[in-house]
Amino acid sequence: MKKLAILGAMTAAGLSAGVASAATLDDVKARGKLNCGVTTGLVGFAAPNANGEWEGFDVGVCRAVAAAVLGDPTAVEFVPTTGKTRFTALASGEIDLLARNTTWTFSRDVDLGFEFVGINYYDGQGFMVPKDLGVSSAKELDGATVCIQTGTTTELNLADFFRANNISYEPVPIETNAEAQPLYLEGACDVYTTDASGLAATRAAFENPGDHVILPEIISKEPLGPLVRHGDNQWGDIARWTLNALIAAEELGVTSANVAELAAAPGNNPEINRLLGTEGTLGAMLGLENDWAVKAIMAGGNYGELFEKNIGENTPIGLARGLNALWTEGGLLYTPPFR
Amino acid sequence: MSTISDPPAGSFQLSMLINDTRYRSYTFQFVALILLIMAFAYLGHNLLANLRAAGLNISYNFLGEPAGYDINQTLIPYTSQSTHWQASMVGVLNTLLVAFLGCIMATIIGVFVGVMRLSDNWLVRQLMSIYVEIFRNVPVLIWILIIMAIFIAVLPQPRDFRGDDATASMVLGMFAFTGRGFYTPAPVFGPGSSVVIATFLASLVGIFAFKRYAKKALYDRGQLIPTLWPSIAIFFIPTILVFFIMGRPITLDYPALQGFNFQGGIFMRNSLIALWFALSIYTAAFIAENVRAGILAVSKGQTEAAASLGLRPGRIMNLVILPQALRVIIPPLISQYLNLTKNSSLAIAVGYMDLTGTLGGITLNQTGRAIEAIFLLMLFYLAISLAISAIMNVYNNAVKLKER
Amino acid sequence: MSDTHAQTVAFVRTTMLPEQPPPASEAGVIKWMRENLFKGWFNSLLTILSLYFIFQIVTSAYPWFANGIWNTSSLAECREMLDGMTGACFSVLTERWNQLLFGFTYPTDAYWRPTLAFVLLIVAIAPVLYPKAPRQLLVFTGIYPFLAYWLIWGGTLLTPLMILVGLIAGYFAFKQFERQSFAMGLLAGVVAAIVVIWAGGIVPAAMPDVLAIQAIPSRDLGGFMLNMILGTVCVSLSLPLGIMLALGRQSSMPIIKWICVIFIEFIRGVPLITLLFVANVVLAYFFPPGSNIDLVLRVIIMITMFSAAYIAEVIRGGLAALPRGQYEAADSLGLDYAQSMRLIILPQALKISIPGIVNVAVGLFKDTTLVSVISMFDLVGMIRGPILASTEWNGVYWELWGFAVFVFFIVCYSISKYSQWLERQLATDRR
Repeated sequence: MKKLAILGAMTAAGLSAGVASAATLDDVKARGKLNCGVTTGLVGFAAPNANGEWEGFDVGVCRAVAAAVLGDPTAVEFVPTTGKTRFTALASGEIDLLARNTTWTFSRDVDLGFEFVGINYYDGQGFMVPKDLGVSSAKELDGATVCIQTGTTTELNLADFFRANNISYEPVPIETNAEAQPLYLEGACDVYTTDASGLAATRAAFENPGDHVILPEIISKEPLGPLVRHGDNQWGDIARWTLNALIAAEELGVTSANVAELAAAPGNNPEINRLLGTEGTLGAMLGLENDWAVKAIMAGGNYGELFEKNIGENTPIGLARGLNALWTEGGLLYTPPFR
Repeated sequence: MSTISDPPAGSFQLSMLINDTRYRSYTFQFVALILLIMAFAYLGHNLLANLRAAGLNISYNFLGEPAGYDINQTLIPYTSQSTHWQASMVGVLNTLLVAFLGCIMATIIGVFVGVMRLSDNWLVRQLMSIYVEIFRNVPVLIWILIIMAIFIAVLPQPRDFRGDDATASMVLGMFAFTGRGFYTPAPVFGPGSSVVIATFLASLVGIFAFKRYAKKALYDRGQLIPTLWPSIAIFFIPTILVFFIMGRPITLDYPALQGFNFQGGIFMRNSLIALWFALSIYTAAFIAENVRAGILAVSKGQTEAAASLGLRPGRIMNLVILPQALRVIIPPLISQYLNLTKNSSLAIAVGYMDLTGTLGGITLNQTGRAIEAIFLLMLFYLAISLAISAIMNVYNNAVKLKER
Repeated sequence: MSDTHAQTVAFVRTTMLPEQPPPASEAGVIKWMRENLFKGWFNSLLTILSLYFIFQIVTSAYPWFANGIWNTSSLAECREMLDGMTGACFSVLTERWNQLLFGFTYPTDAYWRPTLAFVLLIVAIAPVLYPKAPRQLLVFTGIYPFLAYWLIWGGTLLTPLMILVGLIAGYFAFKQFERQSFAMGLLAGVVAAIVVIWAGGIVPAAMPDVLAIQAIPSRDLGGFMLNMILGTVCVSLSLPLGIMLALGRQSSMPIIKWICVIFIEFIRGVPLITLLFVANVVLAYFFPPGSNIDLVLRVIIMITMFSAAYIAEVIRGGLAALPRGQYEAADSLGLDYAQSMRLIILPQALKISIPGIVNVAVGLFKDTTLVSVISMFDLVGMIRGPILASTEWNGVYWELWGFAVFVFFIVCYSISKYSQWLERQLATDRR
């Protein structure tokens, strides 16, 4: 049936091509599923568990958007993408939303024609080395062999960092995180470099995580966020404000545990009321149900809950909130007001 | 008795476009052309619509912009400030390098195995056919990854050479076989080395001239001059003499462990060697079969005739069988070389920075210009393939049986 | 006469001596060894070297196999059980068996479906491969693709059924109009098939639950199953395409000829990996906006084009090898192009090309491992990605790669043996 539908769609859409593809929201609703691009597997951010279900921090964003739009956090088709395929997958419409720890850069935003809807993780590029190398700073890495994931901004940062410090290195390009692990562990590279969060996640999967240190230098700004195609502002708004709703919910103390109760009747905090749709019509403005944010928060909890559950200090990955704390707690997370 | 005449002019009917064989082929071609144009128009229309929807354009400007990334193996000067075009050129040269090395080694192994498969020795025959069957019937990608796994998991890493309780050591103090690649001494050309090199080249010319002289002597006067030992003498003696006379201007730079890696000498990366060896042994299995078929194609009468002339088995092979077999072997050999070159694109699996790794890999990833980069990538490979088959066809025509 | 001897010679033997066995060095095993292993010092040296080589391999590999551990759940546990001995941790194969075969996202409770499809595949190709197999099985061969599609991808049976009905309708339309001309028949057939499939598309859309089994998206396919699917689907699809390309290239119509030549030479001039890149990152741009062709389908399209170009060249060789007289004989019988090709030329040309086609098929099957480079999880992709990167099995190289080598060797070697067998079969009836 699907293949027939495609045959039909191909011919029909061919005639009407050019007019189409403005309304991602309608496509998603018609399909009943959100196609969400994620990484091929990075524990904590997006990886299939033993039962083949995807879980992780980025997965949480996908599920929240699916819940907001379709009312069902499981109505997501996860499309694993590599550094190479992620942008084409999004540009060609294969996926509706890309949540694959992608760095927000000028050229990706402007030249490639994507719209970053916000930042869900403030990151920076770091280095991991085996402890017994006795290296304590990235500036001591002269002549080292460095494993890099290609197609990421880390590759360019690395070249800049070593050039600026006038030291040499031997790059070993690696396609995926999974391929980098054996190379690094067996000593074919001295150093593994990627986003600090990715390093923590990779190290957590090692047999002896304690044998490896992450160097103190963070050599770049890596604001990671979900992105959508240029040109469909409604869909961009939905993704942006779903992410904002998760952050605002943490700020306002709305959690997956109390959201149902708070949404049942208007309380005395007008912002919570507006967020949860018990007051005003914010949902309708987005073209969604009024309780869209309630569903999004119920999907996996607010930003803080997602963080703690997937990558927080009580998980094997053990990342501190750091820059990713709320602005009220010394971090950078600051959402525009819901009104 | 009806007379057959051409259909009268002017009575052209539309149905003749299909039923009349004179017009039918035009109809078909016209329809095919229309369909082709329509198909291209449809695809182009979709492309434009998709690009417009995504706010993209087709532009090759990125080729002139700084690449921004480093490449580990560069045969031409390249830094991270060089352009994407230069990065592609580095990739092209790396592709050609591994293809060239691979073709040579594959030919050597292939001819050896092919001849050995026809050996008198039963055991050797069996071993060689096991080699051929095993390597032919398993994907080359798996062989590349297996050799890479040997590098990663079996060979010692530089850290094993380090410290007092080192578990690995250099071979003869000159060669280091590490998991990151092989380090060998590199020649350093001091002042006066050009004289040595010139002498060496001159002795090569000398060997060639001597062989021609010997051949001429054989044909003209029937005089058999031994060539092997004089050739070896010409090859070594003058060069060595000059080398010492000039005060040993060429020295060797030995690799030594410094910091994280070995420094100095020639470094052959694990990715290059994995790709090179895997492509060679895989393609050699096919070449061996071609060689065997080529030798078998020379009729047994030729061997018997040569033997009855009193030629020794080695000479029969060199003078009678191989020249004839070569004509059968070369055309399939060309296609094996082409296959090897195309298979070298699997470099991306082990991170060797060939054309697929630079233009089709990092450049594509960094610029996001998928359509442009892949189109260019295909054009490059097409050009390389066509060039190789053109060169090899010239050679094939040169050795082909000249029929008079 | 005998008397003369009797007087001059003391004894004359009048009966034959009993036959003596040949000397020990000229008979049996020793003769064989002398001729085949120790003929001259060079051969003797080779034999000794080979024996040494075999001895080394066997003594180092034997304990590895013999001490193999089959039932642990991680490498650390396995190393512990081996306790320093040389031995293989085959337990990675037993523990990840399903992942190696089916990938890691294919639903566990549906494993029987691809397995059944594979078993039925053997039944379906038997009549194609073995001329002696009962001809009635060919009907099953015709049904098989639709059945296999349903089994592997799931959904309602009506979808493949409607396509089958459409094709049958197309066939009858073709038969109906074939009498007028082949081209008309073809046109009518194609139109009828499209119309019926188009109209029939409503049926499964209306009743998505009739005879439905769990639908499985193609991105959940993986493991060796993916190699098998890509191999069989692409080879079978590329055969007709390759025949058309070969005929087109031999055609006397310049435009058609050049279209085919350019297509074939272009495809053959570029590596498969670039075509897979096209499937991966470019092809999606060429489909109408909003149509969502999944990656497996795009890969199938590109691999089919790739193998079609190679098969076309093989068939062109077959066409060229046919004696000119066959073409002339067909013409002199008054057959038109379609008839002469279908009835005279192609049956013979294809027969000559079969070994070449099988070679292309083996090559193609091996090349399906390349999809691991575009991050699809076929057998090689599973080993490189999820299994080698998992915490439990980090560093188990030889068992996994050995398994991959073994599997591919078995399949490819048996196909090429089959091809040699078939070549001999065909050679006899050409004599």
